[in-house]
Amino acid sequence: MFKTFAKAIQSLSVALLMGLPMASSAQQLSENASIVVESPWARASLGMSRPGGAYLTVRNEGSDQISLIGLRAEISGMASIHETRTNSDGVSSMAPADDIVIPPGGMFALEPGGYHAMLMQLQSPLVEGETFPLTLLFSDGTELEITVPVLGIGARGPEG
Amino acid sequence: MMRVAKIAAIGAAAVFAALFVGWWQVDGPGADSAPGKRSLPLTAMEFSLTDQDGRDVGPETLIGEPSLVFFGFTYCPDVCPTTLSDISGWLDEIGPDAEDLNTVFITVDPDRDTVETMAEYVSYFHPQIQGWTGLPDQIAAIADGFRATYEKVEGENGEYTMNHTAGVFLFDATGRFVTTIDYHEPREFAVPKIRRAMQNRTERAES
Ligand SMILES: [Cu+2]
Repeated sequence: MFKTFAKAIQSLSVALLMGLPMASSAQQLSENASIVVESPWARASLGMSRPGGAYLTVRNEGSDQISLIGLRAEISGMASIHETRTNSDGVSSMAPADDIVIPPGGMFALEPGGYHAMLMQLQSPLVEGETFPLTLLFSDGTELEITVPVLGIGARGPEG
Repeated sequence: MMRVAKIAAIGAAAVFAALFVGWWQVDGPGADSAPGKRSLPLTAMEFSLTDQDGRDVGPETLIGEPSLVFFGFTYCPDVCPTTLSDISGWLDEIGPDAEDLNTVFITVDPDRDTVETMAEYVSYFHPQIQGWTGLPDQIAAIADGFRATYEKVEGENGEYTMNHTAGVFLFDATGRFVTTIDYHEPREFAVPKIRRAMQNRTERAES
């Protein structure tokens, strides 16, 4: 119990530390300075043969609609956004997602069981406690690089 | 005479109530899944798998204590780790009462998920969670008994993923199927369902 708590605090402080440089780099790279990415996190991977999964929230603070159209990451030979679906028989599957449209003032969350950043062909393992850069590609040409903290395999959300 | 009629009436009422309860649980609003899709009782299943420590396991390993079973695979980046994290949280929430609950993650991808892989993978979650793998025909046998399905889906670069039943199965200590916890079900329903599967055992022990 205490261990879990200590772990949560640790992940939280990592997230807080990451938060500041992430926000400033987001401002620099976003041309219209209106796209904000919050609470990015990834699960640690078991080696490099399995795909990694990452999550985050995108907020559109501009006055125009934008679409999140793809991802790029040095750590992954093939990064894309996947959607998990569960059919009426309870069978779950995942497939590349369509472009994600975010209206002005709107937000979109990639979260467990819904959408995830699918990081295939890992070039190095995702190690708990480390971070990696991930670039989000938008329909207006904006490329936004963020820093993603790696949490444990058993993490449930950005707080661990 | 009146007394006989009264006893008969009470008897009839009891029979009706029993029938109603049966209907409610099996076909009525209390039914847990579509007709024909209910898992068999564990006592009617036959399969032989290997646990994370290399031990042989089968239905008899589960019968005697309530069980919670989830199908998945370790190359699964989203649903499987999320569900195993959820299960870990439920076990923490129930606390010592859940110590006797058999909690098993069974791979539907035995080609890649060896005993060693399963052992490492489950070690990242609640210590009570076991990881079972086995020969493809034995995985098929257990999935069939559970009425769970899985399917290999080929990707573009020779990779593949698995579509699979994502619900969590609950059985009571006698091996009778109790219910499932569906993937998108609100979290607050899960723990009471697990307690229900554990409850059946207490009732049986007292009767
Ligand atoms: Cu995916």
